[in-house]
Amino acid sequence: MITFQYIPYREHSGLETEAKLNRIIDVVMDERIVLLEGRLRPDEEAQLIEKTMEVITKKFKGISFCTINPNQTQRKNGKKKEDPFSTKLKDGFYKILMGRREGLTIIGPATIIKEIRKDPSKIELLTKAPRRRRKK
Amino acid sequence: MSLGFYGPPNAGKTTLANKICMDWLGEEIGVASHLPHETREVQMKEGVEIESDGKKLNFNIVDTPGIATKIDYEDFLKFKLSKKKAKSRAKEATKGVIDSIKWLDNVDAVIVVLDSTQNPYSQVNITIIGNLAARNIPVLIVANKVDLKKSKIKKIENAFPQYPIIGISAKKGKGIDEFYKELFKLVK
Repeated sequence: MITFQYIPYREHSGLETEAKLNRIIDVVMDERIVLLEGRLRPDEEAQLIEKTMEVITKKFKGISFCTINPNQTQRKNGKKKEDPFSTKLKDGFYKILMGRREGLTIIGPATIIKEIRKDPSKIELLTKAPRRRRKK
Repeated sequence: MSLGFYGPPNAGKTTLANKICMDWLGEEIGVASHLPHETREVQMKEGVEIESDGKKLNFNIVDTPGIATKIDYEDFLKFKLSKKKAKSRAKEATKGVIDSIKWLDNVDAVIVVLDSTQNPYSQVNITIIGNLAARNIPVLIVANKVDLKKSKIKKIENAFPQYPIIGISAKKGKGIDEFYKELFKLVK
């Protein structure tokens, strides 16, 4: 069974980076997939990778993660979709109000998430079945 | 000026760094191989001077270990490594990733080397480029391995439209002159 743990924005936005990343790593090391409301900053993503590397063992092989940002500019067939001025203005205000709250970050153990396939139009989360002990 | 070579494992960072060093210094910077995480320590070559269209550029090359979010020693067993060597390689690789990230603070411009046969929308690529953008470090993306049939430069161009992208084959030397020209534009 795969377990997801949702961490709402209000629960992690007030935390220092260190505490936030420790919280994420703790959940992931407990073989659960974190659904974090919002996005990490680039430096936090880099620190998450560093922290992951520090705790890799024979059993814990690392993480897979990705960010879903619904307001990212979409490009179709190599052509950038032009936004009208009003949409850009609306997006600007939205960004000021929402900050890094928009989007969702998925972080899971590499032993469970086999692969995250991401392209502009879709995200596929390919999981492995957790190892089960055989009954004697 | 320090020119960093960043990217995921097996993208061809060391192959490209070797090509540049051989072209202008006559010696290699490190060992490149098909095994992932061959470079597990930051390697540096100082005082590399390149010339293109009568202009000269002097810099230090910083070749970094590939950045990954997972390292499984069992992956190395597939390459016929002993269990002991695979475990040791995995441990060194984790330290290498940490060093690569720490070195982001010491580079002035970066060549992000991506394997053009792979999906560019990986979180590692996004994190590397996001960190460089946040630090205002000039970036040139190299779509490597264009000699391979599965190579898709367009996909990389679509993924990172705001950056200059140059298709090359570091192994075969294809596109290397255009690469040098772009390098001058990057650090002008």
